[in-house]
Amino acid sequence: MNPLDRYEALVDDADAFRAACDRPLPSVVRVNEMAASPARVREAFDEEGVAYEPVDWHDGLFRLPDGNPGGNWPYVHGWTHGQEEVSVLPGLALDPRPGDRVWDACAAPGSKTTQIADAMDDEGTVVANDNNLGRLSALRHNAERLGITNAIVTNQDARNFSTKPLAFDEFDRALVDAPCSCEGTCRKNPDVVDQWTLDHVHAVAGIQKGILARAVQATRPGGTVVYSTCTFAPEENEAVLDHVLGEEDCEIVELDLPLDTVPGVTEWEDETYDESVTRAHRVYPHHNDTGGFFCAKLRVGGDDPNAASGGEEASA
Amino acid sequence: MSDDAPTNDGQRFDRLPETPADREVEGRASRREVLDWWAERFGIERGVFEGYSFWEKGAGKVWIFNGEATDPSRVEAIGMTFLRTRQEHWKPTTRAATRFGGLATKNVIELDPEQAAAFVAGDDQDLPEWDGDWGYLIAAHEVAGERAPIGVGLYLYDELRSVVPKGSRADLPVVE
Repeated sequence: MNPLDRYEALVDDADAFRAACDRPLPSVVRVNEMAASPARVREAFDEEGVAYEPVDWHDGLFRLPDGNPGGNWPYVHGWTHGQEEVSVLPGLALDPRPGDRVWDACAAPGSKTTQIADAMDDEGTVVANDNNLGRLSALRHNAERLGITNAIVTNQDARNFSTKPLAFDEFDRALVDAPCSCEGTCRKNPDVVDQWTLDHVHAVAGIQKGILARAVQATRPGGTVVYSTCTFAPEENEAVLDHVLGEEDCEIVELDLPLDTVPGVTEWEDETYDESVTRAHRVYPHHNDTGGFFCAKLRVGGDDPNAASGGEEASA
Repeated sequence: MSDDAPTNDGQRFDRLPETPADREVEGRASRREVLDWWAERFGIERGVFEGYSFWEKGAGKVWIFNGEATDPSRVEAIGMTFLRTRQEHWKPTTRAATRFGGLATKNVIELDPEQAAAFVAGDDQDLPEWDGDWGYLIAAHEVAGERAPIGVGLYLYDELRSVVPKGSRADLPVVE
């Protein structure tokens, strides 16, 4: 079956949804602002004759209508990184600050790790983990190309991640950009639709629950955990959140994202989910002409040890 | 040295000793020597690297890290590769050159648009007009109104050899 059929009931305009899913996505680059400003990248593109278009909801993203995001001088200098538009959302939701201790649980190939390090101005510690050793080489290549010096790369199963190799045992923020069924990437990789199976959905949902639970455990009281996927499947999105809300001390918090989204769903087939999953965001391809995405922000329970000093200060 | 003196284990990250006097593992560069080298070779002030720690993994490969670490011996990477030591002429990595080379005040060879395109493609080229030091240089060019480092070149006998790693080479247009 085509998995997109099952989501038509969730969207406002099934025809527009399907039409958008069939259109290819343009190449997009994110500016690595610790190396160059968006204005300098624009100037370099102009000098070189590289066509680009701004993205109205993010100053640091450019669409490259002619493709080839790696074939220009700004890329060679580590000023830009090829990254799908919606893929910057979890980094915005995580909102890391210089000096933070951040865990990127499923980090390869590193688009979000490098975005996080950039937002931290390369200060603090970002622990970029992935269970796939082969994909870690792409992560390392990207981090080095962008000049990131504050990342530690680990190769563990995130579900039972050990902080033993680290200088600390809990994080201020954690990102779980989980392995998933990826139908949201069908505009750049149509094969994902053909390879989709319900068995895989159920198997990967178990992994997602384990990783998100570990991320909550490994984050300090009052800290932030962001959960994201590029699937539309409620089994891998709201159901995962609902499960972890029941198992761990955390809550889903309100989150503003700078593009059009719809709330998470509280019902799917025979299941119902905690009302607070409506604070999660579903991003459909036909609303912003992007890939599909899901993103939720959680606050870990307990008293925030930094609340007295203003809440958002980095821990010492 | 006795048989039980510490030796370099190429599979783990170990912090560089502070000074040569603190050295326990034979042949390991010290932090002071690394900072001295960047200051003497490229004029980058020692204070630039004050907040960074330095680690060795592999035979002489030194990594630079700006976060918190105590015993990261078993991790896959810590920061970025920075400098190749344990050889007669230490060699900065391409990424060290692009990350920190903008702060260099000497041994930077500024390339014209055609030379810059050849360099990033990995081509060696005759550049007899360079009258500075031989050895490893930072190659740079002007882009968007300012000088920007491209990578590391090896200058010998009137020739600039590009040592940009294969995976980072690119065929780019000459931007006049």
